[in-house]
Parts: sequence; structure tokens; C-alpha cells
Amino acid sequence: MYRGQSGMFSWLFHRISGLGILLFLLLHIVDITLLGFGPAVYNDAISIFSTWYIRIASLFLIAAVLYHAYNGVRIILVDFWPRGARFQQAMFWTVLLATIVCWVPTAVIIMAPCFQAGNACK
Amino acid sequence: MSKPATVEPPANSASPLKKASTYGATSRPQGGFELFSWYFFRITGVIMVFMVIIHLVIMHLTNDVSQTVYDFVAARYANPFWRVYDLLLLTFALLHGLNGLRIAVDDYVRPRGWRLLAHSTVWMLAVAFWLMGTMTIITFQPGTTTGIQNLFGLLK
Repeated sequence: MYRGQSGMFSWLFHRISGLGILLFLLLHIVDITLLGFGPAVYNDAISIFSTWYIRIASLFLIAAVLYHAYNGVRIILVDFWPRGARFQQAMFWTVLLATIVCWVPTAVIIMAPCFQAGNACK
Repeated sequence: MSKPATVEPPANSASPLKKASTYGATSRPQGGFELFSWYFFRITGVIMVFMVIIHLVIMHLTNDVSQTVYDFVAARYANPFWRVYDLLLLTFALLHGLNGLRIAVDDYVRPRGWRLLAHSTVWMLAVAFWLMGTMTIITFQPGTTTGIQNLFGLLK
């Protein structure tokens, strides 16, 4: 399974993306907890998510989520589909392709407000 | 074809860091908690592929981040469906993620004392953050601040 390079990189990317997503999840639970402090506190705090630099950071998060999700499906196919192991390398390239294909339009939509008039993107 | 690939121990399996890592397709544990953990990753993972992508589409594509303010949450949480949805997503994501951290700890933290400390920290994080998240989702009422801030005594 890990003989080729793709097996090693798929494993390494899976771990790094997973730990990165976990770190964000803990932050996200904290920011959602601010709901209990009322609208003024919450809206003030989360306005940082609209800034151009946090939007760019969120693109990394979304790339990590997409890769981790698709590569997780690949792992499950290798585990439960009898012929999965034979196609694991092809599936790895499919995972990368699917990640990029979903990520590019998402990135365009998220960054679009920064190139438009108005102040949706600070 | 005679035997599922999953149960065959790999002759030349070598994850970059540790041969006996519980991660990956070739090392299904024999039983006990580790087998439960192995299935837990896969079951919550499949569910979350859908739940997380729906969450991302709603929060980042059909709405801009700048729109997901307090009133947006209030409108959303008027429907109990989304509270249940978020409770499930919180539970799956937190336990899936912290279980992954636990596996990473097993790979990198060798001394027994440090490993005990790391494992304890993982489970304390699980309890603390799950309580924080569930409390917020369940007690949220628009316009009131009867939730978590009273616990901390930060606001009057």
C-alpha cells in the first residue's frame, strides 16, 4: 500500500489536513460559543471572517476538507471493495483531481466580494 | 479476489513513520476499542462527507461569510432541524478529529508519562469542547444572553 510515493503522500496529507481541520474546529466551537453573549459581541467577533486575509485562510481550510473527505472515501474503498487496493493509485489521482475541481469555483465565489464594490470583503 | 485485501497483512507496508500505525487500509485492528475506533472513523467519515459539504455550501457558497451574522443564525435555529443537524455534526467532527489526534499521539509520543498526559488532554478537550458546543446550540435564544456567559460571569 505504501510502496509507491502516492501512498506515502496520501497518508501524510491526510494526517496534516486532519489535524489542521481539528485545530479550526476547536476555534470554530469557541467563536460559535460567542452567540451566547448576544448579537453585538457575536457580530463584532465574526466580522473578522469577512476580511480578505481570513477568506484566503478559509481557502486552505476548504482545500484540506475536500482532500480529507475524498481521500477518506478512497481509504474506505481500499478497505471494503475487494479490488480497491489494485486501484488505490488511480483513486489517489482522482482524489486530487476532484479536490481541485471543487476547490477552484469555491475559491472564486469566496474571493469575488473582494473584487466588487461594497464592503462585504473588508 | 479470494480474500478481501483489508485483512491481509502487508508484506512491505511502511508508513513513513511507524509500521504498526492503526491508520490506513491495511491495518484493521483485531478487536476491542481499536476496532471500534477503526469503524467509528469510517462510519462518521462517510456521514460527514455529506454533512460537511452541505454545511460548506450553505455557509460559503449560497451565502457569503459576511451574511452569516447573528440574525442569520437566529433564523436558522428557529427550525429545530438545523439545531439537530449542528449537534450531530459537532459530535461526529469533534470525536472523529480528536480520535485522529489520539492516533497521532500514539505515533509520536513515546515516553509513558508524556503519552498519559497527551491522552488525558485529548479526552479533556473532547469533554470541554463538546459541552461548550452543545450548550450553545441548545440554549441559543435570539435576543437573550442567558447562555454561556453567565457560567463565566464575564457579562452582567
